[in-house]
Amino acid sequence: MFVSAVAGPGFVPPSTNDFNLPPVFGNSAYSTKPVLLVFLSIILISIFFIAASRKAAIVPGKLQFVGESIYAFVRKDLAEEIIGHGFLQFVPFLFTLFTFVLVNNVFGIIPFLQFPAMSHVSFPYVLAGFSYFIFHAIGIKKQGIGKYLKGIAFLPGVPKFAYILLTPIEIATYFLIRPVTLSLRLFANMFAGHLLLLVFIGGGNYMLHDSHLFMKILSPFSFGFGIAMTFFEFMVQCLQAYIITLLSALFIAGALVDEH
Amino acid sequence: MHSRFVAEAAQSPLVPKPAELIVGVIAFGLLFLVLRKFVTPMFEKAFAARTEAIQGGIEKAERAQLEAAKALESYTAQLADARGEASKIREEARAQGAAIIEDLRAQAQEEAARITSAAQSSIEAEREKAVNSLRAEVGTLAVDLASKIVGEALEDQVRQSRIVDRFLEELEKSK
Repeated sequence: MFVSAVAGPGFVPPSTNDFNLPPVFGNSAYSTKPVLLVFLSIILISIFFIAASRKAAIVPGKLQFVGESIYAFVRKDLAEEIIGHGFLQFVPFLFTLFTFVLVNNVFGIIPFLQFPAMSHVSFPYVLAGFSYFIFHAIGIKKQGIGKYLKGIAFLPGVPKFAYILLTPIEIATYFLIRPVTLSLRLFANMFAGHLLLLVFIGGGNYMLHDSHLFMKILSPFSFGFGIAMTFFEFMVQCLQAYIITLLSALFIAGALVDEH
Repeated sequence: MHSRFVAEAAQSPLVPKPAELIVGVIAFGLLFLVLRKFVTPMFEKAFAARTEAIQGGIEKAERAQLEAAKALESYTAQLADARGEASKIREEARAQGAAIIEDLRAQAQEEAARITSAAQSSIEAEREKAVNSLRAEVGTLAVDLASKIVGEALEDQVRQSRIVDRFLEELEKSK
């Protein structure tokens, strides 16, 4: 902004302020783009999966097949493989987590929507909070609070003097690092990805409108890179949805076994 | 744009917004409830039905295979039975044939023997008859001839026959 004050119209690099979108309508904190996108996402997910699972046919139609494949992926590759015995009760949570994050992430590259809600840190915090609550609750329920906390603080099978070092690390891991890694990994990926797209597409746009012919000629490269990054972002978006679900499943699995 | 920038520049992107936290909890909670109530049970139902269908198919196939094996076994047994029966029948037939042949042969031999003996006895009778008639004829002829040669009338019946008999006896002795 001060650049524009000094040298007229110049390139304004995208910043964190580009994530602070004004309310779409009215003047409420509940009518901003990410909030509306989150609600849109849960409506779309609900409609799609209810439609896909409604028939529950032995021989699935196309729609059921697609819905089932996604569900089976979460159920088998994430829940069953990682949690093992008794995994079935956690499938609805993991399935919700995966689809919710996936759809909201992919919104980041869908024309007109084009905003990943997970780049607003509040949503990843909420998801990490759910995950955090669930895996601690499981651990406490399974082993009792005393045994659970003792298992975390004092790793069994470790020489006594090592506790000086290990106990603080283990406590920090379970109570601080895990929720932070869950939420910040997702947030930072979506935030950075969106910023990257803004840089290339905003930059291309700026160059196209520059008075120099040289800049106009180069602007397609910036757009092209923006498009390439869009594909890359798609991959990252899917991957992050997978990772947060995977980590949650791992934490649940960790809380279920007696030995940490 | 300027005013927004100035007003919100201080806020770090790591600081959550209360409204979004609330929305996040509600949205995620709602989605979780909807999916758990309407979606995951249906998918589980479909999976279970599929597993059952596949297992049912396997069981059915196993049952069919078992039945087929049983049928094969019974057919084999029946076949063996039939073979045994056939060979028994063949054996019997052979024995019967042999018996019939034996019977026929015996009958034929008996018949032949009967015919032979009948022929022999008739031949014997014929010969007897011939011998008797010859004896009478030869006697008469010889007497006639002798009487012609000797000229001696051998009219006397008794003498005549005594001479013939004596002649024949001599003839038989010289033989």
